[in-house]
Amino acid sequence: MAAKPKRAAAAKRKPQPQIDAATRLKLYRTMVECRQLEQRAHDLFMQNLIKGTSHLALGQEAVAAGFGVAMREDDYTFCTYRGHNHTYVRGVSMTAILGELMGNSAGLMRGKGGSMHLTSVEHGAMGSYAIIGAHLPIAAGAAWSAQYRGTEQVAVCFFGDGTTNIGAFHEAINFAVVWKLPVVFVCENNLYMEYTSIYDVTAVRNPAADRASAYGLEPILIDGNDVDVVYETAEAALERARSGGGPSLIEAVTYRHGGHSRADPGKYRPDDEVKEWLGRDPVPMYRERLLGLDIDAADLDRIDAETLAMIDEATETARNAPLPDVDIAWIDVWADGGAQWRN
Amino acid sequence: MAQLSYREAVTEALAQEMRRDENVVFIGEDVAAAGGVFKTTVGLLEEFGPDRVRDTPISEQAILGATMGAAMTGLKPVAEIMFSDFFAVCWDIVANQIAKTRYMTDGQAELPLVIRSGNGGGVRFGAQHSQSVENWAMAVPGLKVVAPAMPADVKGLLAASIRDPDPVLFFEQKALYAAKGEVPDGEHVEPLGTASVLRSGSDVTIVALALMVPRALKAAEELEAQHGISATVVDVRSLVPLDTQTILSEVAKTGRLVTVEENPRLCGWGAEISSIVAEELFWDLDGPIVRVTTPHIPLAAADSLEDAMLPSADKIVASVRELVD
Ligand SMILES: Cc1ncc(C[n+]2csc(CCOP(=O)(O)OP(=O)(O)O)c2C)c(N)n1
Ligand SMILES: [Mg+2]
Repeated sequence: MAAKPKRAAAAKRKPQPQIDAATRLKLYRTMVECRQLEQRAHDLFMQNLIKGTSHLALGQEAVAAGFGVAMREDDYTFCTYRGHNHTYVRGVSMTAILGELMGNSAGLMRGKGGSMHLTSVEHGAMGSYAIIGAHLPIAAGAAWSAQYRGTEQVAVCFFGDGTTNIGAFHEAINFAVVWKLPVVFVCENNLYMEYTSIYDVTAVRNPAADRASAYGLEPILIDGNDVDVVYETAEAALERARSGGGPSLIEAVTYRHGGHSRADPGKYRPDDEVKEWLGRDPVPMYRERLLGLDIDAADLDRIDAETLAMIDEATETARNAPLPDVDIAWIDVWADGGAQWRN
Repeated sequence: MAQLSYREAVTEALAQEMRRDENVVFIGEDVAAAGGVFKTTVGLLEEFGPDRVRDTPISEQAILGATMGAAMTGLKPVAEIMFSDFFAVCWDIVANQIAKTRYMTDGQAELPLVIRSGNGGGVRFGAQHSQSVENWAMAVPGLKVVAPAMPADVKGLLAASIRDPDPVLFFEQKALYAAKGEVPDGEHVEPLGTASVLRSGSDVTIVALALMVPRALKAAEELEAQHGISATVVDVRSLVPLDTQTILSEVAKTGRLVTVEENPRLCGWGAEISSIVAEELFWDLDGPIVRVTTPHIPLAAADSLEDAMLPSADKIVASVRELVD
C-alpha cells in the first residue's frame, strides 16, 4: 500500500482579482448545470430509464467548467467515457445528452453511441473515448490539423490518472512536443482508476505532473476543485498553444463523489477520505467564494432555479421522445450513408 | 504508358494526389528525409516540403491516432505503417477508433484517411515481418481493404483510396516492390471495389490477391501449356468493398473455384468468398471449392522454409489438376 499522497500544493491558492464578475457567474452557472445534469442522469438510472452503464463526474465539475468557459468556440475537445460534462460545456443541449443516455431519438447520436461516446462535431466536441488513452494521439492529430491549416484552434484532451500508465499517453505527449502541436493534455487525477488507487500502481507520486519533465514540459499541478484556478490555468495553456508555444500537460487533482460507474458503490474508499473531499465540493465552495466577493445570493439562487427548470424541461422532452427507428442501425458505416461491403 | 516498378507506382500515386489537393499530407517513420525503408516515398519531401511530408517517432499509436484526428478535422492524411505486422501495436486506433467513429457518431465524423503498409512474405524476414494481415482488417466493419498486385493498380487504387471519403487500409506486398509493369501516363485513378479479370478460361476460375496474382498467372500458363486445362484468373484487388459480381460471374462460366491466399488458413479472405459462392452459386458448381493458402503456421525466415509454406505456382497447378482431372 503506497503512502497517502499529500494534497496538491496549489490547493490553497487565492482567487485572482482579474477574473471579472461576469466570467465568475458563467463559471458558477456552468458548474451548476453540469452538477444538476449528472444528478438527473443518476436519478433516471435509478428509475431504470437509462440502461447500460454510465460514468458520472459528480465532484469533478470544476475541470470541465473551467476549460469550457476558457475555450474558443472553434477549439476542439476530446474526452473520456466520463465525458457528459466536457461535452455539455461545449454547447450541446441537455436534451440531446439525456436522450442519448436513454437511447432514444432525441439523443445526440440517436442511441448509436451511448453514454460513453457523446460527440458533437458542430460544437467541436470531437468525441468521448472508452478505450483508455486512445484519444490522446487523436487529439494530437486534431492539433496537427489546426497547425497545418493555420487556424489557431487548440485541441483540449481530458483523461484520468489511470491513463498516465498506458503507452498511448506517452506516445502522444512525446509526439505533440516534438511537433510543437497546439494541444492541452488535462489529467483529472481523481485518485482512483476503477476500484484501485492510482498510488498503488504508479512509479511516481503525481501521475501526470511528475512525467512532464520526461517530455521537456513544465510540471503543472493544480487544485482541480477550484474553478478559478482551473480557468486561469486553462487560459494560460490555451494561449501558449494558440501562439505556437506547443503543448501543455496539466494535472488537476479532484475527486469523484460516487463510484466509478453505475455498478460501483465506491466502498473501497476510506470514509474519512470521502468526507474530506465532500467538504471540498467545488460547487458550494465556489458559491461561498462568490458571496465573499459581494456577489448577490439572489443571483446565484436564480442560476440554480433556472438550471433546474431547464433540466426539468430537457428531461421531459428527452423521456417522451420515440425510440430510434431500427433502420438507423443500417446506416453510416460508410460515408455514402450505407453499410454495403459488396456489390 | 511507362514501365514503372510497384515501388515507383506508390510514389507516383502519392505525388499525383498531393499535387492535386493540398489537404493530402503524409507521415510515417523514416518516410521523409530517408524516403521510406522500402524507398517508396523518395523525393516527396523535396517536392512537397516538411509540412506535408513528416517523419514521426516510433509510435504507431501516435501515428494512427494523429492521422485519425487530422482526418476528423479537415485533412486527408496518408500514414505509413512500415510493416503490417506492426498493426498489432496500434490495432485499437484502427479497429476501435477509426473503423467505428463515423457509425457511433451517427454519421457526424468524417474519416478520409489512408494507411499504407508493407504486407506479406517472400522476403525472408521471419514471422514478425512477413505476415499477410489483410484478413484482420477485413474482419472489422468500417474499414476498406485494398491489396494491389500490379504497378498500374498500385497507382490507380492508391489514388482512389486517397480520394475516398472512408478509411482505407492499403496493403503493399513487399516482395512485389521491385516488380515492373505498364502504368498509364498522366492522372490515373481506378475505382475501388472492382476485381479485374486478367485471363479468361473455361475449366476453372482462380481467384487471387497481391503476390498470389503473378503466381496464379504463372500457374494458369503452365496448366494450359502442359495439362490442357484452361483457367480464368481474377485479381480481387479490393477485399472491402468486394466485387462479388465479377467473382460470381467468372465462377459461373467455369463451374469451378480455386482461391489462392497468402494469409494463414483460418478465416482467410478466401473462406468468405467460398461461402458466398457456395451460397449463391451452388447449383452452377461442377466440383468442390478449393482453397490454396499458407498453412496455419507462423512463417519461418529461412528461404527454403518460407518457400515451402507460401502458395507457389506449382502448388496451384497441383490443386487445380486434382480438382479438374
Ligand atoms: C485499454 C483499456 N483498459 C481498461 C479499460 C477498463 N477501464 C475503464 S475506465 C478504467 C479506469 C480509468 O481510470 P482513470 O484513467 O483514472 O479515469 P477515471 O475513470 O478515474 O476518470 C478502466 C481500467 C479500458 N476501458 N480500456
Ligand atoms: Mg481516475
